[in-house]
Amino acid sequence: MVHWSAEEKQLIASVWGKVSVEECGAEALARLLIVYPWTQRFFDNFGNLSSPTAIIGNPKVRAHGKKVLTSFGEAIKNLDNLKGTYSKLSELHCEKLHVDPENFRLLGDILVIVLATHFGKDFTPACQATWQKLVGLVAHALAHKYH
Amino acid sequence: MVLSANDKANVKAAFGKIGGQAEEYGAETLERMFATYPQTKTYFPHFDLGKGSAQVKGHGKKVAAALVEAANNIDDIAGALSKLSDLHAQKLRVDPVNFKLLGQCFLVVVASRNPSLLTPEVHASLDKFLCAVGTVLTAKYR
Repeated sequence: MVHWSAEEKQLIASVWGKVSVEECGAEALARLLIVYPWTQRFFDNFGNLSSPTAIIGNPKVRAHGKKVLTSFGEAIKNLDNLKGTYSKLSELHCEKLHVDPENFRLLGDILVIVLATHFGKDFTPACQATWQKLVGLVAHALAHKYH
Repeated sequence: MVLSANDKANVKAAFGKIGGQAEEYGAETLERMFATYPQTKTYFPHFDLGKGSAQVKGHGKKVAAALVEAANNIDDIAGALSKLSDLHAQKLRVDPVNFKLLGQCFLVVVASRNPSLLTPEVHASLDKFLCAVGTVLTAKYR
C-alpha cells in the first residue's frame, strides 16, 4: 500500500494545478521521441518524425501527448489506487500495444525534466523527489498487469 | 552509442553557458540525487548530507569539474577520465545503475536553472553525453 505524506500530496497538487496538460503532454512525448529515438517504434502511423522540428510540430504527437498526460491526471485523483486506476490501460499496453514497461520509466523521467523547465526554482529537490516517486509508481502500475 | 558532431557541439555550448556555475550545478545535482534516490546515500556514510553541507558542496564541485573536463575533451572522454575510471573500478565501485540517477538529476538542475538552454536537441545530446561518461567510469569494472 503506497503511502503519501501530506507534504507530498501538496507538492503534487500545487504543481498539477499549474500544468497545461496539453502543452506539457505534447512536450513530454516529443522529447521522449527525440531523446530516445527508439521509442518511435510505437508510432509508425504518426507520419513525419524525421527531425526534432518535425516531431515537435507533429499534430499526432501533440494529441497523443495530451491524451497521455490527461491519463496522469486520473492517477493524481486516485493516488491511493494507482494499480486499479491503470488496470485496463496496463492490459492494453501489454496485450494490444506491446510496449516494454521500460518506456513508461523513460517517459516519467522526461516528464520530470519538462516540469523542471516550467517551474524553475519552484521545482525544489523535495518537489522532484515527490514527482519521481509518482512517475515511478505510475510506471509500475502500468506494468502491473503484464504477463 | 556515439556522440555526433552535433552532440559534441551542443554539449560544449551547454557547458560554455553553464560556465562558472558548474560547481553550483554539481552541488545541487547531488542534493537532488540524495533527496530523490535515497539509496544513493549509501555511498556516503562518512558525509554530512544535511542541507547546505560543505562536504556535499565540495563533492559537487568535483563531480562538476569531471563533467567539464569530459566536455572539454569530448573527442576522448575515456582518456580524459581514465584516472577517475580506475578509481571507480578499484576503490569506489559505485553500482552502474547510479550513474543514470545522477544524470537525471543533472538534467533536472539544468532544466530548472536554465530552461532555455535545454531545448529538446540539447537535452538529447546532454543525455547521450552523460551516458557516455557513465559508460567510461564503469568500463573497467570487470
